[in-house]
Amino acid sequence: MMNQQEIMGLKEMAYQMRMNLMTLCGTFEGSVHIGGDLSMTDIMIALYHYGLHVDPKDIKMPSRDRFILSKGHGAAGMYIAMALRGFFDFDEILNTYGQLNSKYGMHPCKVYLPGVETSSGSLGHGLPIGCGMAYAAKVNEQEHRTVVLVGDGESQEGSNWEAALAAHQFKLGNLVVFIDRNRLQLDDFTENQMSMEPYADKWSAFGWNVINVEDGNDMTQLVAAIDQLPPTSSDVPTAVICNTVKGKGISFMENNPDWHAGSVSQEDMNRGMAELTNVWNQERGG
Amino acid sequence: MGITFNFGEFAASRTICGDTLREMGERNKNIYVLTADLMRTCSVKGCKEAFPERFINVGIAEQNMFGMAAGLALEGNTPFITTMATFASMRACEQLRTDICYQNLKVRIIANNAGLTSTGGSTHNAMEDIGVLRSMANMTIIVPGDPNIVKDILRATEDIPGPVYLRLARGKGEPVVYHPDEVDYKVGKAIETRRGQDATIIACGVMVAQAVDAANLLGKEGIFVRVLDMHTIKPIDEDAIIQAAKETGIILTLEDHYTIGGLGSAIAEVIADNNLNCKFKRMGIPQVFPGFGDGPELYDYYGFGLEGTVDTLRGML
Repeated sequence: MMNQQEIMGLKEMAYQMRMNLMTLCGTFEGSVHIGGDLSMTDIMIALYHYGLHVDPKDIKMPSRDRFILSKGHGAAGMYIAMALRGFFDFDEILNTYGQLNSKYGMHPCKVYLPGVETSSGSLGHGLPIGCGMAYAAKVNEQEHRTVVLVGDGESQEGSNWEAALAAHQFKLGNLVVFIDRNRLQLDDFTENQMSMEPYADKWSAFGWNVINVEDGNDMTQLVAAIDQLPPTSSDVPTAVICNTVKGKGISFMENNPDWHAGSVSQEDMNRGMAELTNVWNQERGG
Repeated sequence: MGITFNFGEFAASRTICGDTLREMGERNKNIYVLTADLMRTCSVKGCKEAFPERFINVGIAEQNMFGMAAGLALEGNTPFITTMATFASMRACEQLRTDICYQNLKVRIIANNAGLTSTGGSTHNAMEDIGVLRSMANMTIIVPGDPNIVKDILRATEDIPGPVYLRLARGKGEPVVYHPDEVDYKVGKAIETRRGQDATIIACGVMVAQAVDAANLLGKEGIFVRVLDMHTIKPIDEDAIIQAAKETGIILTLEDHYTIGGLGSAIAEVIADNNLNCKFKRMGIPQVFPGFGDGPELYDYYGFGLEGTVDTLRGML
């Protein structure tokens, strides 16, 4: 449970994360997966600042919750969310992202960046890995949770559904999947490309507990969803379907398939950041 | 005559493997055994009985099995995946490469029915697996030449921090080559199965026994053929290859795998990289999808059975 003031604190953090993302996107000359980074921003903040039991000073703490970014192209979003939690330094991310010998690449690499639980980037890999981690935790009678963030387009990969069967079969109640349901994938809207609906029913049919977050960019709803998660001793894995907006917060990016990945001009960066600041000021003022 | 005895006996590497895994798993609580609905085929039922919590049967879902193995290894465990070589190398190829090799995880893949041993036709013939896996960084590849050595191999790999692929032949009815306890097994160090200075056959897997048979036949003609059991394909024993090329001047490679990408290719690379001047030929499966029949029948049919091996080597002298 969080009070209104605490939720405002999370919202401010999400505003800061979007500002940092735009700064990176306007500074780095190569491609940043900005659309999906912006859709998952609120989920990442809710997790790293509320839902996950983690300690940036002790990244190998045995009791930590494990977080896997299965949609590995959201790496910049993860780096920044973790930086805001004290794991990394944003300036280092900004100054080295995507460069030779950087720890911060387009897709997360555990070899270069031990603070992440696993390397990822090829889609459909995170949930099976998460199943393995959650299974080991159960055998070892550990109480932490394994949380996997999956993209909705990504869930077209069949390996997810192999893992979904296994998580149910092995009673991995300590496993939670957050789905960034932004309804867009690289080429098109998901429902045009390869229809996912009825999406929640698919997870239910695989034996999962489903929590629907009507607005996955609303911090209050995300916190409420986290509060509803079953204890890790339960027998049923949970899917939290977060209905989000790709490009959230930047008007020219929202719901626009052109903004899967890219970089922005100085002018657009400033325009976007001004939009974010206006909305945040209204939120804070209201 | 070298260190070898070829008893004309057969053993089942799957059973030896299953028994060894059970024993290792009982001793070490970090060991998991995984299979994808092939518990019976892989002879790992004993593991299920001995440590049911750490025995995971994922159903017919290899991608998830390899991903789960990565997750288990990231938590500090040593998972042993048991399946057929086709599925291990191709059905979950990307999980093996990206989840396991990329992070250099301590996962062991025990793959049976390799080469043409399956009798199942080309859906079940793993003819590409060494080629596919050999290009993956961090990977160790072992193809035992004698089923009885599997126990030593499993123990010898305990300290290898990264992934290991253990390629078994059919898993049963495999020729025994060595006298028990005679071989001092070391990963990455070829076994000189038979001494000789006129030519060298470098073989792996079930082909080691055939190489010994060929060498024995030629021995009766006064031709002394060295046989190297190149059980570790990666990292390969360059010194043994260089020595064979220099001392015998003739190298014939023999494997139950496509001649592209496997043992023969690995040895050709060493010869080329070291500017070695020797006669060289590769024997193995040609670029076809073989039909049905058992291993020895198909080896003969495609010209790399015992007779073909002897004839080819004779032609190189």
